[in-house]
Amino acid sequence: MDQLLYGTEVLINGLMTGVMYSLVALGFVLIYKASGVFNYAQGVLALFAALTLVGIMEGQVPFAHLINAMFGTHIENFGWNIPAVFAILLTAGVMVVLAILIEKLVLQHLVGQEPIILFMATIGLAYFLEGLGDVMWGADIKTLDVGLPQGISDVVEQTTANWFGYGFFIDRLDIWATIIAALLVAALVAFSQYTKQGRAMRAVADDHQAALSVGISLQFIWIMVWSIAGFVALVAGIMWGTKSGVQFSLSLIALKALPVLMLGGFTSIPGAIVGGLIIGVGEKLFEFIMSSPDLAGSWFGFTISATENWFAYVLALLFLVFRPQGLFGERIIERV
Amino acid sequence: MKLKFASLVAAALMTAAPAMAELIVPNLSYRTGPYGANGTQYADGFNDYFTLLNERDGGIGGETISVPECETAYNTEKGVECYEATKDGALVFNPLSTGITYQLIPKVGVDKKVLYTPGYGRTSAKNGKVFEWVFNAPANYWDGASVAIKYLLDENGGDLNGKKIALVYHNSAYGKEPIRTLQELAKKHGFTLTEIPVEAPGQEQKSQWLQIRRDKPDYVLMWGWGVMNQVAIQEAANIRFPMENFIGIWWAGSELDVMPAGEGANGYKALTFNGVGMDYPIYDDLKTHVIDTGKASQGGEHVGSAVYSRGMYAAVVIAEAIRKAQELAGTSAITPEQLRDGFEQLDITPERLAEIGLPDFGPEIKLSCDNHGGSGMARIQQWDAAEKKWNLITEFMEPDAEVLDPLIAEDSAAYAQEAGVTERSCN
Repeated sequence: MDQLLYGTEVLINGLMTGVMYSLVALGFVLIYKASGVFNYAQGVLALFAALTLVGIMEGQVPFAHLINAMFGTHIENFGWNIPAVFAILLTAGVMVVLAILIEKLVLQHLVGQEPIILFMATIGLAYFLEGLGDVMWGADIKTLDVGLPQGISDVVEQTTANWFGYGFFIDRLDIWATIIAALLVAALVAFSQYTKQGRAMRAVADDHQAALSVGISLQFIWIMVWSIAGFVALVAGIMWGTKSGVQFSLSLIALKALPVLMLGGFTSIPGAIVGGLIIGVGEKLFEFIMSSPDLAGSWFGFTISATENWFAYVLALLFLVFRPQGLFGERIIERV
Repeated sequence: MKLKFASLVAAALMTAAPAMAELIVPNLSYRTGPYGANGTQYADGFNDYFTLLNERDGGIGGETISVPECETAYNTEKGVECYEATKDGALVFNPLSTGITYQLIPKVGVDKKVLYTPGYGRTSAKNGKVFEWVFNAPANYWDGASVAIKYLLDENGGDLNGKKIALVYHNSAYGKEPIRTLQELAKKHGFTLTEIPVEAPGQEQKSQWLQIRRDKPDYVLMWGWGVMNQVAIQEAANIRFPMENFIGIWWAGSELDVMPAGEGANGYKALTFNGVGMDYPIYDDLKTHVIDTGKASQGGEHVGSAVYSRGMYAAVVIAEAIRKAQELAGTSAITPEQLRDGFEQLDITPERLAEIGLPDFGPEIKLSCDNHGGSGMARIQQWDAAEKKWNLITEFMEPDAEVLDPLIAEDSAAYAQEAGVTERSCN
């Protein structure tokens, strides 16, 4: 009975973790859907957005290290603090400017190139943004507090303790992440279904040439999509950065999104969500079972731990055997 | 015209070439990548102490110290490349990475360079009979594990029988280092050890902390680095694990590790073999000669932090070994062989530390031909979240030599056999 309760707790936490993975995967899907580009820089976008948010909130002078080194000054701070909501809006503005610059300086020059060329360009972009983030805001680990609560939910713990005699752990930050992810997905779906720009985005995703022939501006759509992906990266950066502090490792959360994309498909927003949930639950339950002396220990005579990183990929590969395009990806039809 | 050009080239080369009288101590640092935040502070402390010696004293024994920096990004391959790129004329290397250290150990034996790995690297390098060119004083990972258990013994009236201790560790060569020692200590003291690995980088640790919440260990020890530390401390706070029962190794004991968790990190403990904070006379000199003159690494913004202090301490030990080597060799322009001899005769007494301006900053370091690791003493620091500072809460404590010495002998003998090294005589 205990193992069942523990397993249920792990399952719920797996779902919550899956939502966090989905937040990262969403950015990849948006850009891939609209432009066929696998954006290697999506993780770094999350890092850059979170660094910018902290910098704005704390009134940090951008490029302060560089300015001080060049001119011998000692400037660090503007001396003000900006409330989180305004700082988030300003950061979203910065991400729009970044999207415009990426389109003007990188993508515009690569129209019509092979997808692998565009992919390589995003690798370069990732390295550039990593360096830019460091130079702009410094390499220190930054504390991010936008007012989201963290820690165990007493309500859940007490309620489950009353019902089952064992209080479940659920992190309040994960509950908020779930709510925010749900709102974000609803907004994205509504935008793509019911707005002119959203329909244009879908048209570009379906067929670039056909979209251009009816007067849709590819340039505008790309800027819009990269801006939205930048905003999604900001949300992911806030959620992950609140937990670990804002630091370089945030860019590595993209590694957690890859199996989600393989499983959910590169072109489906619901796929990113469902894929994230399956990966989250799958890896957590597998780790729970395989590391438990009472479960794997008694069944197989051995236990193994630290399985999450590789098991997520194994799970994704298993799905790929049966659906190469992912669970929700568009069916691949090759005509000879 | 050709002659003029040749003269110009010759002049340029002469200007660019390092002065022959310099002693070269490369800094294999990492200021980028997932571990860059810690690496930057360590490198700053390391650079600043040598800058202080150059600016205040004109170097050591009249020789200025050159500290060429090479970025490893905490990447083993890049670390080896940095070693190869900077080894000409270099005396000693301190790569701040166990992975890089493992790769360099056979190389320094061939190239005859000193490898100094304080608080990291291969633990059994303490055995100078096998590891002639490697030094890891004042403490190694096994010392750390033993001191942590000794502290817990003190906290529990000398009895850990029946207690449950969990080890949360970075699933790498570094993180696995203390396991063998803790297993032996568990047998000796009767506690139960649960090993909980965390895959690098450690951004997601929900499974591990749910397991800790279910198992309810009395204490958690942590061998972490980088983002793993911040996430672990936050998760521990999330599950309301008592922070005073959570002890990290010295690489999980910086301000960077505890700040993101805010108030939740209050009471968290970590091992340390060096002092922290600005309350040491050396900082007056550092301010006068390095910071105020604009010569501090990165502008001096990390001065006094835990990791900066450790980088500075590494430089102090190297500088003292150089001083001793100069004294023994009777020359200021020493060779790596002479520096090795200097390390083997090193005796940094409490009085000498006070003279340097760092009273009670570290344990006494007395090395010899066969003991390259010193006493292994370490102490405990505790985080005060309200004051945002570490407080030292114990004196230096000795590790359990009865358990550690046989393990070091066994591991170094295994290395000697594997690498074809013949134990040298220290008589």
